[in-house]
Amino acid sequence: MNAITPDLIAAHQLSEEEYRRIVALLGRQPTYTELGIFSVMWSEHCSYKSSRLHLKKLPTRSGLVVQGPGENAGIIDVGDGYAIAFKIESHNHPSFIEPFQGAATGVGGILRDVFTMGARPIAVMDSLRFGPLDDPQVGGRNRRILEGVVSGIAYYGNCFGVPTIGGECVFEPCYNGNPLVNVFALGVFRKDEIFYARARGTGNPVVYVGAKTGRDGIHGASMASAEFTEESRQKRPNVQVGDPFLEKLLLEACLEAMKTGAVVGIQDMGAAGLTCSTCEMGSRGGAGIEIELQLVPQRETGMTPYEIMLSESQERMLLVVDKGREEEVFRVFRKWGLDAVTIGQVTRDGMLRVKDRGEVVAEIPNRALADEAPLYDRPHAAPLRAAPLDGPEFASRSLEADLVALLASGDISNKRWIWEQYDYMVRTNTTQGPGGDAAIVRIKETGTSVAMALDGNGRYCYLDPRQGAKLAVAECCRNLSTVGALPVAATNCLNFGNPERPEIMAQLVQAIEGMGEACAFFETPITGGNVSLYNETLGEAVYPTPVLGIVGLMKTTRPVTIPFKRPGRAVILLGGPGTCDPIRFGSTQYAKVILKQLWGMPPALDMDYEKRVQAAAREIVAADLAESAHDLSDGGLAVALAECSFGGVGAELDLASGLRPEFLLFHEGPSRVLISTSVPAEVERIAGRHGVEALRAGVTIEGVVRIRDCGVTLADCPIARLREPWDTALESRLRT
Amino acid sequence: MRFGVVVFPGSNCDHDAWYAVSRNLGQEAGYIWHDSPAIGDVDVVILPGGFSYGDYLRCGAIAKFSPVMAAVKRFAASGGLVLGICNGFQILVECGLLPGALIRNRGLKFICRPVDLSVETTDSPFTLKAEKGQVLRIPIAHGEGCYFADERTLDELEAEDRVVFRYVDNPNGSLRSIAGILNEGRNVMGMMPHPERAADPLMGSSDGRVILESMVAALATARP
Repeated sequence: MNAITPDLIAAHQLSEEEYRRIVALLGRQPTYTELGIFSVMWSEHCSYKSSRLHLKKLPTRSGLVVQGPGENAGIIDVGDGYAIAFKIESHNHPSFIEPFQGAATGVGGILRDVFTMGARPIAVMDSLRFGPLDDPQVGGRNRRILEGVVSGIAYYGNCFGVPTIGGECVFEPCYNGNPLVNVFALGVFRKDEIFYARARGTGNPVVYVGAKTGRDGIHGASMASAEFTEESRQKRPNVQVGDPFLEKLLLEACLEAMKTGAVVGIQDMGAAGLTCSTCEMGSRGGAGIEIELQLVPQRETGMTPYEIMLSESQERMLLVVDKGREEEVFRVFRKWGLDAVTIGQVTRDGMLRVKDRGEVVAEIPNRALADEAPLYDRPHAAPLRAAPLDGPEFASRSLEADLVALLASGDISNKRWIWEQYDYMVRTNTTQGPGGDAAIVRIKETGTSVAMALDGNGRYCYLDPRQGAKLAVAECCRNLSTVGALPVAATNCLNFGNPERPEIMAQLVQAIEGMGEACAFFETPITGGNVSLYNETLGEAVYPTPVLGIVGLMKTTRPVTIPFKRPGRAVILLGGPGTCDPIRFGSTQYAKVILKQLWGMPPALDMDYEKRVQAAAREIVAADLAESAHDLSDGGLAVALAECSFGGVGAELDLASGLRPEFLLFHEGPSRVLISTSVPAEVERIAGRHGVEALRAGVTIEGVVRIRDCGVTLADCPIARLREPWDTALESRLRT
Repeated sequence: MRFGVVVFPGSNCDHDAWYAVSRNLGQEAGYIWHDSPAIGDVDVVILPGGFSYGDYLRCGAIAKFSPVMAAVKRFAASGGLVLGICNGFQILVECGLLPGALIRNRGLKFICRPVDLSVETTDSPFTLKAEKGQVLRIPIAHGEGCYFADERTLDELEAEDRVVFRYVDNPNGSLRSIAGILNEGRNVMGMMPHPERAADPLMGSSDGRVILESMVAALATARP
């Protein structure tokens, strides 16, 4: 038996204060197994101890929210008796240590979160951030990480049979030592078939289902709660190994078992494995749980109670079943060839009691583990920011060359090489796959489709976390509105550095507050999500990177897409040309790619105007007045116009903006959507009704992109010259 | 007509095939569990796409031992229509109902993309409503879809007019751009592209319907 020494406590990443709290809660010293259990449940990853105080500031309710934060996933009513469950989660640390398995199990984990509630997963999206692929020092490693992550996502999602329908992929040096892999999943079910992770009914059996328990992933949750050091590569055994085939069987078997009516509660074993699933189910149901470890199916021999409780072996679920009806449930799992065994029972004393051959090895009140983790109001001062307010003097030598360089840049270039490796069509619901402003799946059983988008911008947030978070919400909602969907709810993934540093904590606090304000304004309550802290390597934090996943609802129809369809159509810049100044220009892709600098502030956002632009865009698209629609974001007007032209029909814009050419073409002011239409007067009428500018910017023409401002030609090139670098940049960078 | 869609552990396009046949085409359709010794009263068997048994060992290699496959073979031998899509095609070659093999894509990566197929023969119950040379836009989604066989087999397939579809722009390195083939009796077809994903205009193409409609027409003629 290991003695509890200060070193052992420190090795479990528990502070002295936290250890004293454990002793007080138990009224005695913990056993070694109990220490392990506390260390994972009180880890940052499981307990949100640094962020919880601030997460309370987020709006979580609306008329459509069926389930807010606190369950495995948030749930929204989509009408006609149906609901959707969705959530985003990070798998950053494992993906750095072992990119393929790290990303694969990230997908597996979030899928289980969705189907554990009874929902069948119908869409996955990924928000990925890596170091630059052509970085002179670590480009090779970044390429390997990207390739590993993408093939891991493909491996898991494709085999499981869920379409991976979109996402984002961004490159910055700050992600060199700490890539971000955020996975979003969404499922659909009948509103009266929702299952919760609650243990109820004294004497009801606790049933273990799925893969056997091995030594993989022990302390994964604690690993995700620490910074990376030179030794982190040695943590590879902490990464779990995924088996998507087993998960597919688990999905079908669980959904079928739920139909028997004998399942009382169900929870997946994710982070902190058996520990987390038992004590959370107990805590939520106000019950106790007693298990016997000898009954737990084990893949390896000689596993200690500590190892069994902390294993993060994948593809396992814990069920509470109606006593006497076990056989109905077992029959279903047998049909699917899965292990299902009773390992314990629900008790009335509120304790998590773990026995090994009848001997109690851990006995902790469930509430102490799940709900009484320490809560920290960590000091936060001014957010970390090492960028100047003023930028350099600059003048473009060739706006066309700048446009080509931007189109070929990491963030803007075509990501087809990535998403063609994902089966984005399986289940035949995808009406808009990757490459659009938002991805869309239909719900077959109703006439409703769900649009979704993921957005984040680390550069904006680094310059101003509050404003950056608001801009991310605005852009995400704009993406949905551009395809005609009404944004209704959000999930968030907060990727930050070490919260024990006040300047990092300040980034987190301000980003949460900005996000809360914007989500309240755009009426997209946060129904759940994930906080990933300690994203630092050797003291170097990533940019503060809150990622939003927002879902919207629309009528099922063939959606409007980005490319211009026919020549001779009016091109309308809904929202107008926007404004910019030298300080706001410092956060743009132009500053990043062409000037290779970062300064100033993110773009200005008028939330009220943004909301009206979005309402106008939705109305125009829903009335089928737009032949194409694309929102303006990274790279501004010129990049958006080029992207609209890649189908072969370009445009000639004739403007009178008065802005300097670099600003006009490349500023990233929000609240703008580029539309082509055969009925410009009707589009203008709708815009006018919403008090939104509808600038008649020009007309579509075959084969060319041409932009004039105040009579001066700023760009005039054949589409092929723009398309080719955009289309091939990612692949050629990967080949270097 | 009654379509039976076989469900192996790991099939994941079973529902899509069922939906295309029953909802898009309005035919009767049901599932056949891999463990059952009989296929029941059906006119057509579809082996759907997916990752049967996780595609562990080799795609389709384990599925061929499923009890239902013996029944499928008997059904095929008696002239019943069998359509294998993607993983279903892989199972058909593994169990010997079709010649050749499906190996890793030339580019070594999984590819999901709509592709153009040219209809090479209309002398089959799967294409009798199509035109020879007609180009169909139907998606592929596979990592191991490169059709491979020895020269003699390939020559034989061509001589006997058993190549049903060829890729217009070969995405995976398939020999002679083969995307779908028939057995000698012309009642068993395997194809890597997914016609069930192109059976509904909402999905961007309904070019796959002609294959399903051909089967319905063929059965209607055979069974007046």
